[in-house]
Amino acid sequence: MSVAVFIAVAILGIGGWGAGAKGFGAAMQQKTDAPEVKIDNFSFGPSTLTVSVGTTVTWTNRDDIPHTVVSSDDPKAFKSKVLDTDEKFSFKFDKAGTYPYFCSIHPKMTAKVIVQ
Amino acid sequence: MLGKRTNDELLHDHNHDGIDRRGFLKCMAWAGTGVFCVIRGGVLRSYSMSRLAEMDPKEMAGELSFAQISDSHMGFNKAANPDVAGTLKIAVDKINGMAVEPEFLLHTGDISHLSKPEEFDSVEQILKSAKPKDVFYVPGEHDVLNDDGKQFLERFAKGSKGAGWYSFDKKGVHFIGLVNVMNLKAGGLGTLGHDQLEWLEDDVKHLKHSTPIVVFAHIPLWSVYPEWGWGTEDSSQALSYLKKFGSVTVLNGHIHQTMQKVEGNVTFHTAASTAFPQPQPGKADSPGPMKVPAEQLKSLLGITDVNFVRGKQALGVVDSTLE
Repeated sequence: MSVAVFIAVAILGIGGWGAGAKGFGAAMQQKTDAPEVKIDNFSFGPSTLTVSVGTTVTWTNRDDIPHTVVSSDDPKAFKSKVLDTDEKFSFKFDKAGTYPYFCSIHPKMTAKVIVQ
Repeated sequence: MLGKRTNDELLHDHNHDGIDRRGFLKCMAWAGTGVFCVIRGGVLRSYSMSRLAEMDPKEMAGELSFAQISDSHMGFNKAANPDVAGTLKIAVDKINGMAVEPEFLLHTGDISHLSKPEEFDSVEQILKSAKPKDVFYVPGEHDVLNDDGKQFLERFAKGSKGAGWYSFDKKGVHFIGLVNVMNLKAGGLGTLGHDQLEWLEDDVKHLKHSTPIVVFAHIPLWSVYPEWGWGTEDSSQALSYLKKFGSVTVLNGHIHQTMQKVEGNVTFHTAASTAFPQPQPGKADSPGPMKVPAEQLKSLLGITDVNFVRGKQALGVVDSTLE
């Protein structure tokens, strides 16, 4: 009986580990299905965002100066218009890959989206 | 009125707001002494020991006088300055009140804040009330948003090359307007690009070495603070074409504060903004608009007056704040 309990607990424990691992992965992403990048203080936050294929990412400019969100790749995977304070830009990532981007007005501002 | 000398600086300490209201204290840069003078917040600083005299405006009229304004950011309306049109008008009043009327104006870019037509209209309208009728512009990164600079070209740079570079002569001084805000690359600085550099090399090729040169462009052509993008990656190539000239003055904007550097025959100078100040390199997390108490704002905005006197090597460059 105690052995059975022990084994059951062990199995549950393993299951728990498995669930824990998935949970850790989920914590890397936003809680919702609509992850956000906040632009503030001449930086993109988070600077590396990991999302799953098919996710739409929304950038919001909270800075008091305009910024853009422009793919660094050639050809550009995406390019926002100029975002003044509180303006937003969204893009749906349909293909896996790493998407570096920057602000074309202040090119020292760089970040990336990893799509898995 | 001259203060004491401390090391290599002459300090001129005003008691009130720091600016002589009857005119501007002028400091000419004279050949040989290499003095380069700037007024900032009432403190007159020179970069080498030299005689300094309070000059009679008529005496310092020289042969060519022009003014530089920069970074008007028409359309900006956040806390750092909710009324950029108002402060630009004050800058125009300062220009109109100068003892020696500038012959023309240089605007070193970020004319608008969001490249909107009404913003460009507004600046042109306000500058119409300036006594100098000719204004020469180069774009800032805020002027070429959304349309690859087409609007800027049509309004301010007809007949120019490429993205809007050009040159002209005034009284024997050769002026070169450069564009270093196009095609900025991720993680990069300002850039002039191959076509423009080729044009520049050709443009100055046949000029006499004694021709004074004034280069104006938005982003500084020297490395002020690369971490904030305050520099131009291929400016050294541009400057190499100007090595042979005895007097080269580089006028820039973009950093919203006055700064200067003398390197051999080249004097680099950045102007204050007429819209809002920005922090000194590294003194803040980012180079964004710097909020200051309302009563201090005008003392951190300004214009630049430039005088050329034939026979003197370097141009005299003097900054004045709006208050």
